[in-house]
Amino acid sequence: MKRLIAGLPFIAAVIFGGFFLWGLNPDRDPNEIPSVLISQPAPAFDLDPVPGLETPGLARSDLVGNERPVVVNVFASWCVPCRAEHAVLTRFVEREGMRLFGINYKDKPEDAVKWLNDLGNPYERIGSDLSGRTGIEWGLSGVPETFIVDGDGTVLFRYVGPVVGPDAVERFTQALKQAGALPKGAAS
Amino acid sequence: MRQLIFAFCIGLFPFAANAVEPDEMLTDPVLEQRAREISKDLRCVVCQNQDIDSSNAGVARDLRLLVRERLVVGDSDAEVIEYIRARYGDYVLLKPPLEPATYALWFAPIAFVLIGVFVGGGLLMSRRKQEAFEDLGSEDENTVSEILRQNEARDAS
Repeated sequence: MKRLIAGLPFIAAVIFGGFFLWGLNPDRDPNEIPSVLISQPAPAFDLDPVPGLETPGLARSDLVGNERPVVVNVFASWCVPCRAEHAVLTRFVEREGMRLFGINYKDKPEDAVKWLNDLGNPYERIGSDLSGRTGIEWGLSGVPETFIVDGDGTVLFRYVGPVVGPDAVERFTQALKQAGALPKGAAS
Repeated sequence: MRQLIFAFCIGLFPFAANAVEPDEMLTDPVLEQRAREISKDLRCVVCQNQDIDSSNAGVARDLRLLVRERLVVGDSDAEVIEYIRARYGDYVLLKPPLEPATYALWFAPIAFVLIGVFVGGGLLMSRRKQEAFEDLGSEDENTVSEILRQNEARDAS
């Protein structure tokens, strides 16, 4: 009994130390919000196209029944990180054959049109989510966010924040490959 | 005096200022009150440690509007919370639900208090026992009296 009590501080130190060690792990992001959408069917939505843009609008039915999983990116012209991410996504579309759909989140149509004219438009379809309601359906906490959606409409992967920088690109590439979202024999 | 009270009330005003903007509020005071209560239990997903009722974030405003919209449609409080929870997960609830996954969270404090009471109580009890007078065995008694007798004999000589 006495030995047990004498050992208590040591046991407590080990438990707390382990906890702190876990907390210090640089890969752990305490701000990360667990997504309920993973392995769940994508939410129902039907968005009109951005006025002034020839790209058609986006609905859930566009994500379903594709040959390969597709990528849904939520972006806005007022979102500065989106600008950096835009180049990365464009590269994935042009070089790797990724299929990209966009949700233009709470953006003025004329701003979105100008933004896409300046930077280029890698999106096959873009839905305009002026009210932000579709964003809520996707469990959005901010822009940009990127999802990979399977051919049967299941959400496979979610990336919160811009896919920018080697680590993020690596993670995203891995997810794309795992999902089979890239065509076989694509460059890279 | 009245002016002083008035000044005091004005001084309080900034603290009472709220994120809920007038254009969000419902005209029905009962529904609005329910919306406020629900909003206080929902976490803002951007600021994370604030309820949506007091958050100025855009998403928080959208969620507040959504809560009110559901209430107007005729949802119960539980249905509204479930609607948001289905989209954002348990994370959006400021008060974690009682489920097998959260048993540790809810019951660990009680368990620690009980452990403390048992360990502390056990320590106190054992210490008290030590203080009690213990009788020497007859063998020890003999040894002691033998030594005493020898000492007395030495002193006498």
